[in-house]
Amino acid sequence: MDTARKNPDMPLPKKNPLSLQLDLSKFEKATDEEKRQQDVMSESTTFLKDGFRKLMKNPLAVGSIIVLLAIILMMIVVPHIVPYTYSGIIKVEGVKDPGAKNLMPFEYSEMEKAYMAKGGKIFPHIMGTDELSRDYFVRVVYGTRVSFLVGVFASVIVVIIGVLYGSISGYFGGRVDMIMMRIVDIIYSLPDLLVIILLSVVFRETLDFSKVPMLQKLGANMISMFLVFGLLYWVGMARLVRGQILTIKENEYVLAARAIGAKPKRIIWNHILPNCISVIIISAALEIPSAIFTESYLSFIGLGVALPMPSLGSLASDARSGLQSYPLKLVFPAVMIILIVLSFNLLGDGLRDAFDPKLRK
Amino acid sequence: MLKYVLKRIFYAILTMFLICFITFFAMNAIPGGPFNGEKAKSKAVMKVLNERYSLDKPVLVQFGNYMKNLLHGDLGVSLKNGRDVSQTIAESFAVSAKIGLIAVVIAIIFGIILGSIAALNRNKWPDRVIVFFATLATAMPSFVLATLLLLVFCIQLKWIPVWSSTSHSYILPVISLSLYPMAYITRLTKTSMLDVLGQDYIRTARAKGVSQRKVIFVHALRNALIPVITYIGPMTAGVLTGSLVVEKIFTIGGLGSKFVDCITNRDYTMIMGTTIFLASFIVVVNLLSDLVYKVIDPRIKLS
Amino acid sequence: MEESVKIEAEGISEEAEEKVRENEENPVLSVRNLHTSFFTDSGEVKAVNGVSFNLKKGKILGIVGESGSGKSVTAYSIMQILADTGRVVEGEILYNGKNVLKFNKKEMHAFRGDKCSIIFQDPMTSLNPTFTIGSQINEAIMLHTDRKTRKAATARSIELLEMVGVNEPEKRISQYPHELSGGMRQRVMIAMALACEPDILIADEPTTALDVTIQAQILELMKSLQEKMGMAIILVTHDLGVIAYMCDEIIVMYGGRVCERGTADDIFYRPCHEYTKGLLRSIPNIENMKERLVPIAGSPINLLNLPKGCAFCARCDNAMKICLEEVPPEMEMPDGHFASCWLNVKKAAEQEQAEKQAGAAAVKAGADTTAAKADEKTGEAEV
Repeated sequence: MDTARKNPDMPLPKKNPLSLQLDLSKFEKATDEEKRQQDVMSESTTFLKDGFRKLMKNPLAVGSIIVLLAIILMMIVVPHIVPYTYSGIIKVEGVKDPGAKNLMPFEYSEMEKAYMAKGGKIFPHIMGTDELSRDYFVRVVYGTRVSFLVGVFASVIVVIIGVLYGSISGYFGGRVDMIMMRIVDIIYSLPDLLVIILLSVVFRETLDFSKVPMLQKLGANMISMFLVFGLLYWVGMARLVRGQILTIKENEYVLAARAIGAKPKRIIWNHILPNCISVIIISAALEIPSAIFTESYLSFIGLGVALPMPSLGSLASDARSGLQSYPLKLVFPAVMIILIVLSFNLLGDGLRDAFDPKLRK
Repeated sequence: MLKYVLKRIFYAILTMFLICFITFFAMNAIPGGPFNGEKAKSKAVMKVLNERYSLDKPVLVQFGNYMKNLLHGDLGVSLKNGRDVSQTIAESFAVSAKIGLIAVVIAIIFGIILGSIAALNRNKWPDRVIVFFATLATAMPSFVLATLLLLVFCIQLKWIPVWSSTSHSYILPVISLSLYPMAYITRLTKTSMLDVLGQDYIRTARAKGVSQRKVIFVHALRNALIPVITYIGPMTAGVLTGSLVVEKIFTIGGLGSKFVDCITNRDYTMIMGTTIFLASFIVVVNLLSDLVYKVIDPRIKLS
Repeated sequence: MEESVKIEAEGISEEAEEKVRENEENPVLSVRNLHTSFFTDSGEVKAVNGVSFNLKKGKILGIVGESGSGKSVTAYSIMQILADTGRVVEGEILYNGKNVLKFNKKEMHAFRGDKCSIIFQDPMTSLNPTFTIGSQINEAIMLHTDRKTRKAATARSIELLEMVGVNEPEKRISQYPHELSGGMRQRVMIAMALACEPDILIADEPTTALDVTIQAQILELMKSLQEKMGMAIILVTHDLGVIAYMCDEIIVMYGGRVCERGTADDIFYRPCHEYTKGLLRSIPNIENMKERLVPIAGSPINLLNLPKGCAFCARCDNAMKICLEEVPPEMEMPDGHFASCWLNVKKAAEQEQAEKQAGAAAVKAGADTTAAKADEKTGEAEV
């Protein structure tokens, strides 16, 4: 007992409480109200709220959101404001102006100068013009539109197929899982870019889109690209979702749900998917830049959108021919691609840091 | 272990068969034969040509014949120039693989080193600089990078001659090929390293009195490299088989540019041969990387 | 404890008594006014706020408290293995009189693992999954002992594994952690910690992650090893049963401060801090089997915003105004153990006042008894 009692010279606050002049009023019982005031808890937050707050604290993620919003706004507004089209030669007073080719940014052609001297107004060529006398700014904006939509659309396809496939495979497990995952393994080992090229050649020859005007405008290459995204790119997402579900499935709350007789569909939708939604969103955000990359590669080797519709990749590819004289024509679309991809990458990283429970401390 | 390997090889062969099947029938679905594109030929000439290349037989018979030949290592001859497909592939692959291998080695070494530096200096300037450039590099399409490099070093500064089959200036293609995987590996290594450094067993190692250097290079790096290896496998396959874009820009006669050529020429046998070669290469590399994965991470069960 | 009783009973020579005293006065480890904080994005988390204790050679010191009371952080502070954001902001940790916090890198590496080792809570994650059991134990041996070759180290590893009761140690050393059960892994952790026969063994909730039958085995093992090797143990746990069974001295922690310290008897039979009392009410035992258990209301405090006064005041049924305002000082209880609670101060003050009044009324009658009492007390205190 002595070990404790002796308490050898410890630097404890050794004032003898008995010798204190005691203020007895202080020794009254404290009220619950007073006690509650002491109980300074951090504000209660939900998972989403907390994640969102974290996201907003990340300057890179916020910057990316602003850049992306600006790009989206530009894609919507610019075609309505700028009086040029992506496919038509610049016209001055309704007359085609072939002299307006390869202008530098904010430069005007002879015809335009003459018109302006007369007091007419010409909308400036913010990024100059191309070798066919088309306004480059509008073309870049349309190219951005195409590339952006390709990315978002591909990502949507990937999420829908991947989540469905992965959750079914992961939830049922056993033989179903084995067969489904073998299929995924096989698709996974297909060289994706090569298959895309192969299939876009095939589709271009076999599918007829002439009856659907909107699809025709995009061209067979685009359609086949979407089809190929749908056929190939979901496997990564399916693997991810399956892995998540396999872990989540082992949790007791899933067992509890099963014990009260919930059906598989309900368990997947209400208990399992909400728990892996953050992982899905994050990889969907990261899927967009990869689709944009693929699109720009294909456009670059001439398998992208149908002419005269531009995409960022095809613009960059076209710019290579006159590279020495007009390097800016490569720079504009390249910067757009980098901006979009960078923003989505940083946003994806930010989302992961904010919402991935594994990284929480 | 042996059972697992055999099983994996079986699936690899199955995958290969499916790839052959898909490619073959996709090719046959295209209306118009390989000789349509050229100057109008008389029907008689077409018939002779079709018979010469067995294009008049039912598709399944053609496929059967093709597979039989494939088992003997014969990929047929090009429909366009009559050259042996296997030989053409071998030649162009040699070119792609040489550049690719250098790029892969550079990407792996520098990626892991830079990633580790970033992780160990978290939130200090080396981390910020490395992460900034890595993020930028992963957002840069290789054709932009390659074109810019070409413009600056070959055309403007004239430091480096444009690549040709005789010169040995691999510098620019290698940079273009390795930058993206290097940046990716850097980011992967950093995240994975940070994850591992927070694990309990790292604390155990520190508690044992192991020096900081040894904790990082012995205990942490080995675990941190596991996710990196899963990326390195497919990446190696992709880079070694040649990048279509980089090869096109630097006019390198590698496998990538051959593939694009044969597709635009509708050279069936070349397309088949190239696809089968590339796919089998990727399948084999994936198989190998899974086995390496197993060696590094003993927790992976071979079943 | 028993030693001192024996000394009294048999009247062992002065010399031996001197030795015992010296031993007690020079603790192998002395923690003084330790403050450890974690600097996170949301602010400074004050995990430990002025903890002091002495660890004597060959004794077992228990630290109890709920999650977030700072017990593990105290242990990690001693080993200097806090997470990157954590730092000791104040206080001293003296190992044989030398301040561990002032050790340079080399001294620190020599201290960790050799002089002081630690067993962690979760044996599942505390062993490196990519190395064999053998190489992980060998590493500690090769670092700190003369056995520099792998062969010599392996021989010792097998010896150690045998000692901690791992069956077929020759086979085990070439296995990976995931091939062993939780209990086996914890035995491996213990073997690794004891590889260099440390002076101090810190056991951070060594049995929490194990199932009950294994818990008893591991505790038994630790106790027998302690008797055999004579190292001092700091046992960190939230399991009062474990503490009662194992420890010579117990520290109860709440909110990063020490609430009460004493022997198992003091803490279990004469608790003097409201938190300890609550803790005891919340565990089942033979006597209260039929009654409903009383949990401690409320939730653990937020270490980001420590209350000004007693950390426990918000959850304490008998909290007083002063509890909200001032941190209670540590005070010696009549039976000689220590507690930090204003209620004790109040009680003592009231008693003193009552005594004064009584003393005034009956000076003569009371004088003898009080004197006797006082004698007794001082006598006891000196032993």
